[in-house]
Amino acid sequence: MISASQAATTTPERYNDAVVRAHVIATVFWGLAGFIAGLYLALELAFPALNADLPFLSFGRLRPLHTSAVVFAFGGNALLATSFHVVQRTCRARLFGGPLVWFVFLGYQLFICGAASGYLLGITEGKEYAEPEWFMDAWLTLVWVVYLLVFLGTLMKRKEPHIYVANWFFLAFIVTVAMLHIVNAMSWPVSFTSTKSYSMFAGVQDALTQWWYGHNAVGFFLTAGFLGMMYYFIPKQAGRPIYSYRLSIIHFWALIFLYIWAGPHHLHYTALPDWAQTLGMTFSVMLWMPSWGGMINGIMTLSGAWDKLRTDPVLRMMVTSVAFYGMSTFEGPLMSIKAVNALSHYTDWTVGHVHSGALGWVAFVSFGAMYHLVPKLWGRERLYSLKLVNLHFWIATIGIVLYITAMWVSGIMQGLMWRAYDSLGFLQYSFVETVEAMHPFYLIRALGGLLFVIGAVIMTYNLWRTARGDVRGSEPIAAPARLAPSPA
Amino acid sequence: MFRYHKPIERNASLLLVLILIVVSIGGLVEIAPLFTIETTIEKVRGMRPYSPLELAGRNIYVREGCYTCHSQMIRSFRDEVERYGHYSLAAESMYDHPFQWGSKRNGPDLARVGGRYSNDWHAAHMIDPRAVVPESIMPSYGWLATAPLAFDDVAEHLKTNRAVGVPYDEAMIEAAASDLAAQADPNADHAALLARYPKALVGDFDGKPTEVTELDAMIAYLQMLGTLVEFEAPQQAGAQNAPKE
Repeated sequence: MISASQAATTTPERYNDAVVRAHVIATVFWGLAGFIAGLYLALELAFPALNADLPFLSFGRLRPLHTSAVVFAFGGNALLATSFHVVQRTCRARLFGGPLVWFVFLGYQLFICGAASGYLLGITEGKEYAEPEWFMDAWLTLVWVVYLLVFLGTLMKRKEPHIYVANWFFLAFIVTVAMLHIVNAMSWPVSFTSTKSYSMFAGVQDALTQWWYGHNAVGFFLTAGFLGMMYYFIPKQAGRPIYSYRLSIIHFWALIFLYIWAGPHHLHYTALPDWAQTLGMTFSVMLWMPSWGGMINGIMTLSGAWDKLRTDPVLRMMVTSVAFYGMSTFEGPLMSIKAVNALSHYTDWTVGHVHSGALGWVAFVSFGAMYHLVPKLWGRERLYSLKLVNLHFWIATIGIVLYITAMWVSGIMQGLMWRAYDSLGFLQYSFVETVEAMHPFYLIRALGGLLFVIGAVIMTYNLWRTARGDVRGSEPIAAPARLAPSPA
Repeated sequence: MFRYHKPIERNASLLLVLILIVVSIGGLVEIAPLFTIETTIEKVRGMRPYSPLELAGRNIYVREGCYTCHSQMIRSFRDEVERYGHYSLAAESMYDHPFQWGSKRNGPDLARVGGRYSNDWHAAHMIDPRAVVPESIMPSYGWLATAPLAFDDVAEHLKTNRAVGVPYDEAMIEAAASDLAAQADPNADHAALLARYPKALVGDFDGKPTEVTELDAMIAYLQMLGTLVEFEAPQQAGAQNAPKE
């Protein structure tokens, strides 16, 4: 299980680091773009004048751009960067496929640009997190299959007898996302020159296919892939082996088996048949266990190295991400219970839940991985400044806490207001009164988002100076040696 | 027990195949039966495919991302039924490619918004929401009022819908463009249109009778939402709602 540490030495000719560097740059760039788009949307809800009567700035067109930019552009590039890095190091083999690797990089960026510009022009399939139209979907399928080939090919030519656990998760993420994308994106174009298509499925079948896709975009894109990241970078940064090998086996298979069933909890009390809703709820509650298995495995990896939390802000960021993972994977099963969902569905509680996962877990573990990777990939001894990492950590954490608490309050408040009756038995509030009541919370949420963006800007500066080879003088937090993995 | 896992860790193809099997099961069990169990979609009277103008409006609804703020799915709760009307039936979205149930209500549910407001209200509201609802946070959609509706290929759209299962017949496809124009023209002969698309609302929608704009299509779509299915008993939602004290 410590093959990760064994393969630490970087030999430039042995590994393709150039493509990992390219994906790291893309991660940081798209991250900033996606976070800023999110901040703008948050402000639009507080100040509708910001829609500016311009089609491409209107909330409905900009929102898919934000979600795709953070999930697929930022998250996707972070996954590509780390999976390419991890698979090479843990297999002690150069990436398979030669130029195909660069096809994946360029093809994926082309997909992002094509999809994003399409949204702004109103070219969309209208299915959440699967908005790209048929021609971009077809392109992504091609890129993704090549990605699978590169990854699998590298696994095949490995010089280690075992496939390291991080790679199980990366492989499950790549394969399952391919399956989800291909099925959910099935649609019939109006013509080969038309940008418009109609989904192959209708109504209730389309709804469940979409949420089977949508929930597992969370489960496999935003969870399995990032667990792969956790399984490599936390042991590396802490200099400790993974806590439990057996736990990783159990929670891997349980996680990928159970997640697929959870989609119907997005459709509670809708026209979806009851049996499907109940099945979805049951599996969502069961999913709590493997999720926490992963969290325990990640956090307990620090056994014997807890002191590093005090001195190494990069490790602290990674461990905090796993704590957020534990929190949102507790909240998720809770919200999937029908009685709770009756209150939370359609409200900001859902938005807050997604962001505690996306900002706290996905973004933080990616930031940690970027801080770990950049000095290595650019051949620097250490980061430009650990103090700035610390600053980033605290600003972003405060931002997340403001964000999710504001959304808890506004979501629960709105849910309660919708169902409130007065003493005469009439609905107490008109809809627009509930909209008005949200205003202060939208402001707090936007402030939280602003802090998160500021943190990302600090990171960008820090990583850029690191890549240039600068080192900031007078660093009181930790000795430079902290960044080099100590022998396990 | 864990030693049996060793072969899987040493064989990438085996790992791949096992992953594929494990992740396929849930979807197969949950989704496939929806296509075969007959009670999934209720038998109702009144459902029909969208008229060409309504379909064009729906496409604008999708294009503008209205589903990011508006649901079209009334849940079976007392407060929702009282606020929005009869809870939504699966049959009511059986011709929706894609479905637009939505997942978030920054604005109210629209599943039964049809007939609730006048065309003039909708036109004013789309152009400047805060002119009619001061607290609204909806963007203004003024550009819909000035954009002429492009509909020369509307027959192709009907054909594509037929290819994915919507029962448009030959006559509907042949007359698609003329049906569309007739629905937005208060002075046209509407008999053939109404025979093909019962209950279709005809006339001028956006206050500009001389041209067919995107706003015409959008309002025609909004005005038919939730109006097709004939419920057997008249709705009694308000009747149970007598004062308690």
